[in-house]
Amino acid sequence: MTTAEAGYDLVLVGTSWGGLAVLRALVTALPLSLCMAVVLVQHRHRDSDHLLRTLLQEGTDLPVDEIEDKMALEQGRIYVAPPNYHTLIEPGHFSLSTEAPVRHSRPSIDVTFHSAADSYGARTVGVVLTGANDDGSDGLRRIVERGGLALVQDPATAESPAMPAAAIRAVPKARVMPLLDLVNFVASLPAGTPAREGR
Amino acid sequence: MAVPVTKLAPDHGRGLGYETDLERIEIELLLEGVYRHYGFDFRSYAYASIRRRLLKRTEAEGLRNISELHARILHDTDAMELLLLDLSVNVTAMFRDPSFYREFRAQVIPLLRTYPFIRIWHAGCSTGEEVFSMAVLLEEEGLYDRTRIYATDINDMVLQRARQGIFPLDRMQEYTENYIRAGGTRSFSEYYTAKYDGALFAPTLSRNIVFSQHNLVTDRSFSEFHVIFCRNVLIYFDKALQNRVHRLFYDSLVMFGVMALGSKESLKFSQFESSYEKISATEKLYRKTH
Repeated sequence: MTTAEAGYDLVLVGTSWGGLAVLRALVTALPLSLCMAVVLVQHRHRDSDHLLRTLLQEGTDLPVDEIEDKMALEQGRIYVAPPNYHTLIEPGHFSLSTEAPVRHSRPSIDVTFHSAADSYGARTVGVVLTGANDDGSDGLRRIVERGGLALVQDPATAESPAMPAAAIRAVPKARVMPLLDLVNFVASLPAGTPAREGR
Repeated sequence: MAVPVTKLAPDHGRGLGYETDLERIEIELLLEGVYRHYGFDFRSYAYASIRRRLLKRTEAEGLRNISELHARILHDTDAMELLLLDLSVNVTAMFRDPSFYREFRAQVIPLLRTYPFIRIWHAGCSTGEEVFSMAVLLEEEGLYDRTRIYATDINDMVLQRARQGIFPLDRMQEYTENYIRAGGTRSFSEYYTAKYDGALFAPTLSRNIVFSQHNLVTDRSFSEFHVIFCRNVLIYFDKALQNRVHRLFYDSLVMFGVMALGSKESLKFSQFESSYEKISATEKLYRKTH
């Protein structure tokens, strides 16, 4: 299995409790030259509106979109998973699903991470940030099994340490660092070729 | 001389490896088998979601891989019934997305008032929660007596449940909140009778609903409609199949008929965007104009 030699196409970020502040900080710190697609999955109420997208867009000049079914995945853009759906990643585009919540969550971070690992393999970076449950751990393990990269916010710096701590237990070889170091690290990763429509 | 068995198929540059490619072959063969033996065509469903459901079914059956599931469902119709439920059931709720129903009242109801008789097609109605929600709304707007709702689904088992018009009592609190936020004008409890752990909405509300089996993938249009309601169904189809179904809907709508999609669905990624105009800034409500 090839690893990072071809670079990364896709950065997936999962968070729940305390997520808004870290997502704001994250998108603000991302460089405009970013050559990957960034997908943000945050747990939120099923009837949330577009406020999260709007707040994030205020922090960056990179375009921020709330995901719609079959929307194309393009580098240099930030995508926000919509509430009350699971976001699945296919080669080159998104698909949504209203399958039952997974361990009380829809969107489920695990579902997005799994599908990305299966569509993009070693070109995937999974990031787990602050949160009060253990969603994302299983998906992060899948990303690493597929040759992708696992990054976790240092639980000591997280507003709610449960989620990053669970991710580290599931993926002991994950790189653990404070948020801003983590963003700089993502920005320094080699980008892959633009995502293409697959088979 | 023995020929070494190695993988020759390319991995299309994503470094996915042997396991993923093999699984894809297994899934495609299973879907082909289901189609040829049972006639249900899931071959153009969105891959990531169908894969997830097949793996869940494989695990639930205590099997090791998709090929074992394939063998079982071909020879065991009970196992096929369960798989069909997994593949076709959409989890739903009464007045799912309350803002949609509020907008439907504001933008679509005035159009419907101009018709002497209203035909609505609810495509992919699953267990019926949203069909009964629409019946409630039309009743409150005084239009229900001149409306017929044709509610269809691929799966006969869910239609049987929908016909009963009984929904879990323990969800009535959530549905009541949705109903109020959807602009309901009465007390929601007027619409159902509590019975054991169920809330019975039929037969009063089901008087103008016709439930029947229809397969969006293989069946044709069966009438002309003033509204087609198909929310969170097309998301399970790949783009080519979505376009085929949009053609079916387009052909089944009267001129100026209304197409209602789920809140995260869009005509933008289909070939039919220019055949409709948006009639809401916030919800996915479109009117056929060409």
